[in-house]
Amino acid sequence: MKQADFVSLVMPFKDKVFRLAKRLLVSREEAEDATQEILLKLWRNKEKISEYKNVEAFSMTMTKNFCLDRLKSKQAQNLKIVHSNYTNNDLSLQKQVEARDSVDWVSKIMEDLPEQQKIIVQLRDIEQYDYAEIAEMLEMNETAVRVNLSRARKTIREKLTNTHQYGIK
Amino acid sequence: MVLNNIEKLLEKYNNAETSLAEEAQLRAYFESDDVAPHLEHYKPMFLYFSQSQQEQYTKDVPLKPKRTKLYQWISVAAVAVLLLGFIVPRVWDNEPKTLADYPPEEQQMYLEAKAALAMLSDNFSDGTSSINALDLASENFNVGLNKASHITEFSETTNKLLKN
Repeated sequence: MKQADFVSLVMPFKDKVFRLAKRLLVSREEAEDATQEILLKLWRNKEKISEYKNVEAFSMTMTKNFCLDRLKSKQAQNLKIVHSNYTNNDLSLQKQVEARDSVDWVSKIMEDLPEQQKIIVQLRDIEQYDYAEIAEMLEMNETAVRVNLSRARKTIREKLTNTHQYGIK
Repeated sequence: MVLNNIEKLLEKYNNAETSLAEEAQLRAYFESDDVAPHLEHYKPMFLYFSQSQQEQYTKDVPLKPKRTKLYQWISVAAVAVLLLGFIVPRVWDNEPKTLADYPPEEQQMYLEAKAALAMLSDNFSDGTSSINALDLASENFNVGLNKASHITEFSETTNKLLKN
């Protein structure tokens, strides 16, 4: 397998790998490193790639395991700096910021979910895999995937409803 | 009617019973501008999902490790070839070195060639000695020339005297 073949094989799902890594590791740099690591691992084992029946699913499983390992190891302590303590008098801009804020708020809600649910929401609602694929990637059965997904969605809805109605943050 | 449908879908959605097509329908509804007020709070969620989908991995991955390994092996091979170049001639260098190592007929030929060459060189030496004789002759000529120059000098002085 040549480099061009490899790139065309990996191209369709490298962004998905990156987004899953970012969902779990939060920081962009960490996620980039993880993605690079995963792609290099695939490249090193490129002779065996044809043996896997679904390279994409295999890569996603690898990403999940790699990121969970990173989270367990002590060196992965992310610090994220968010500054939201500014005021703006422009009303239309204010509205825009609010809209963007509530979208950001969803990402914060997702950060609080348990890892398993995070991964499932990422794979289902963002990457739109079907249940069979998710079950294969996570080495779970489909029912368990559905149960976890339902829990995660209900949690997100609850928190969003609260914020929307009472402005609790 | 549409709203009713969306509410049903949302219910299914929260129980994780929707198909991918139904979820796409929900997403399309919440991305549009006319979302029912009591469902407004779902909007950021679906917006966030579609936004996150756009994020891309832009860094380049250096896919070179295999190739550098090959280069390393090339240098190793070059060193091996050089070493072979030095060692092999020494090991295989057991060819005959003195006259006694050669077979008799070759020795014979060698001696004959040597004798022939010696004869040739003798003749050359003869040639050079006869050339030495020529050298002697040319020396005598030079002496003669010197004497002749005395004569020209003498004739010049006689010419001057004659003019006077």
